[in-house]
Amino acid sequence: MTENIRQFVEFKIGEEEYGVDILQVKTIERMMPITRVPKAPKFVEGVINLRGEIVPIIDLKKRFDLPPNEITDNTRIIIVSVDDLTVGMIVDSATEVVQLPQEAIEPAPSITGSIDANYLDGVGKFEGRLLILLNVAKLLKPQEISQLAQM
Amino acid sequence: MNNQYLDVFLEEAREHIDSLNECLLNLENNPAQEIVDEIFRSAHTLKGMSGTMGHVQLSELTHEMENLLQEIRDHKIDVNAEIIDTLLKCVDILEELIGDIAEHGKEKQRDIQTVINKLKKKNIYNKTEQKIILDNKTINLNEYEDRIIRQALEEGLYIWKIVIKLVEDCLLKSARAFLIFKTLETLGEIIKTEPIVQDIEDEKFDNEFTLYLVTSYNKDKVLESLETVSELGSIDIDKVDEELLGISKGISHELHMDNQLSKPMANQQTVTKRITNFKKTSKTLRVDIERLDVLMNLVSELIIIKTRLEDIDESNSNQNRQRETVEYLERITSNLHDAVMKVRMVPIETVFNRFPRVVHDLSRELSKKIDLIIEGAETELDRTIIDEIGDPLIHLIRNAADHGIETPQERIGKGKPEHGTIKLNAYHDGNNVVIEVSDDGKGINLSSVLKKSIEHGLVEKDQSNNLKEYEITSFLFEPGFSTKSNVSDVSGRGVGLDVVKTKIESLGGSIEIKNKQDVGTTFLIRLPLTLAIIQALMVMVGEEKYAIPLSAIKETVIISVGEIKKVQKSEVTVLRGNVVPIVRLNRVLDIKRQKNDPLNLTLVIVRKGEKDVGLVVDDLIGQQEIVIKTLGSLLKNIKFIAGATILGDGQVALILDINNLI
Repeated sequence: MTENIRQFVEFKIGEEEYGVDILQVKTIERMMPITRVPKAPKFVEGVINLRGEIVPIIDLKKRFDLPPNEITDNTRIIIVSVDDLTVGMIVDSATEVVQLPQEAIEPAPSITGSIDANYLDGVGKFEGRLLILLNVAKLLKPQEISQLAQM
Repeated sequence: MNNQYLDVFLEEAREHIDSLNECLLNLENNPAQEIVDEIFRSAHTLKGMSGTMGHVQLSELTHEMENLLQEIRDHKIDVNAEIIDTLLKCVDILEELIGDIAEHGKEKQRDIQTVINKLKKKNIYNKTEQKIILDNKTINLNEYEDRIIRQALEEGLYIWKIVIKLVEDCLLKSARAFLIFKTLETLGEIIKTEPIVQDIEDEKFDNEFTLYLVTSYNKDKVLESLETVSELGSIDIDKVDEELLGISKGISHELHMDNQLSKPMANQQTVTKRITNFKKTSKTLRVDIERLDVLMNLVSELIIIKTRLEDIDESNSNQNRQRETVEYLERITSNLHDAVMKVRMVPIETVFNRFPRVVHDLSRELSKKIDLIIEGAETELDRTIIDEIGDPLIHLIRNAADHGIETPQERIGKGKPEHGTIKLNAYHDGNNVVIEVSDDGKGINLSSVLKKSIEHGLVEKDQSNNLKEYEITSFLFEPGFSTKSNVSDVSGRGVGLDVVKTKIESLGGSIEIKNKQDVGTTFLIRLPLTLAIIQALMVMVGEEKYAIPLSAIKETVIISVGEIKKVQKSEVTVLRGNVVPIVRLNRVLDIKRQKNDPLNLTLVIVRKGEKDVGLVVDDLIGQQEIVIKTLGSLLKNIKFIAGATILGDGQVALILDINNLI
């Protein structure tokens, strides 16, 4: 039975609720000083020192062209890792871990909130709410990012 | 399934390939027995390894090579250039196969048959002949056994060859064998068994095994005592006479001569062989580079803490003890750093070893006579650099052979020795390692380089007269430049030296040319000892901190704004008579705020190739040892950032890559 249940870290960007597969999440960090990297793609906020490792930080709001929000006490950096790429994502808050049975996950409609369906795993229904499930691997594809950087 | 052994297999296989190449080339000049033996051992080990790993083509090809080599060892055929070429061709195929395995985990189907046929043609080794000898029931004896037998015969003792068959359903075969051994040992001495005793004890035989017994008892007595052991199917006893022994003596003598070892015991022979083998092929201890990186990370943490302590130290200058502690810590960290660095160091030999083969092939290809001299092969460099430096060096060697060295006729005409020489020399120079690739060929024709540069629009014709020699040779490193008019297989495609230069610069090194017409050309490559920890100058630009590698910095100066002049829209200043272009870092790095000192500018003068460039910074923080960390694949496209480092306060500072900045 358990193999049909996936766990997601739920977080908020603006008013929308998102989820990212817990297997891809390394840690969740509080906001920390970020060193700007000149000439980086504009959604790359900079790099941080994560216990001796240099980790690039991307701002999901800039990535998806959402209006910027203030940094608050709730702002978190979710460190995700796909293959050997480790990246931190700035989110407005990380709320909880939810368990979703596979049946509760539906393919994403072509327009889901503000994000291109290509970056999504689907939409999860959880206690009457909708959770937009990010596909981190696609989100971080380097060629995708370098293309975006040129735009 | 074999994954965990694959790396070891590949590494060892490559070592053997290297050693094969090296030895074959040696063999060409010096057909000595030891070298043939060494080649044989490498081929044999390779065969065994690939057999174990299930790489059929590898083991088949090495097996055939082994056969041919055995003939050479036995002096049945003599080494000639053709044989060596065939063997080298085999090594090439082996290398390709190993490449396949490295890439795809298994061999691709490659044409090994052609070369095997070639091997066989040379190979008069005849398997049926060998079989006949075996059918003649000759005993394969080593010297020790041979001596005992001869002695025994002289003393009038019998030697019985006893073939024992156990009954089909015999249960404890080794126990039976043990009883037989026990019984026979009461009669005399068992000098030899087939298979060997160990295999018999391990039950690694079918139902039959052979014993040689030296005894004073006759055949009947031996038979009688054997019949006391049950479950024996048949016992076959033959007398071993001098005639048979005569043949065996010959064989054993031959063996003895082959190995040129005077150790009497068979076991000892193999042991000595193994020891020499061990010495020759594995001088180094293999360490997983990832483990070393962990160690390196720990050291970097230590260095960070050291920096942090230094900061505290400055704020409490009275506390002597604290300073002592810091000094102590500093000593430890630098020792630890050295120690770890040394583990990462690999002698450049591992790269240079490939080159005799390259030069050998090139001289055939170009019909030139070229000798290669290698010096300083023991010079050590960081593993990461070693891995990268091979291709640029091969390129330079090809260049030297193709463009540099003249044809034998030309050389004789010039009064030079017929054989051209390419020399590789590596040595330490301060914190750098210098690799020189020099040839005694015709040198670079400056006027033809200049002509090409004007054609390519690299320089204006009217400016060209004022150029210094190094400025002209530096055009060779421009993309798409090649002076040789016809493109050859070897070089001259014009995608050469610029790639070499880029590669070396990406390793933090530099390259320059020394040239003398008709005397030769030398390429001088300067490389840092290691890439992981460097000395850097920390600077402020706006409110951001950046690190500039100290190796690139010439000096720092403060100039007044009035000293800046505009030449063709770009800013320059004159420093001791030299015109130095100025780069405002805040503009390059998109930093808006500038420190409010409109009168003076702080310049960091960096060297880029032969040119100096002044970088405008807002403040100098100081010199510091920094640990280079990569920005990762996401940000690797940002050219002018060489990496990042973590400062004492835990913040990240970016390291500027001077070569790509300007």
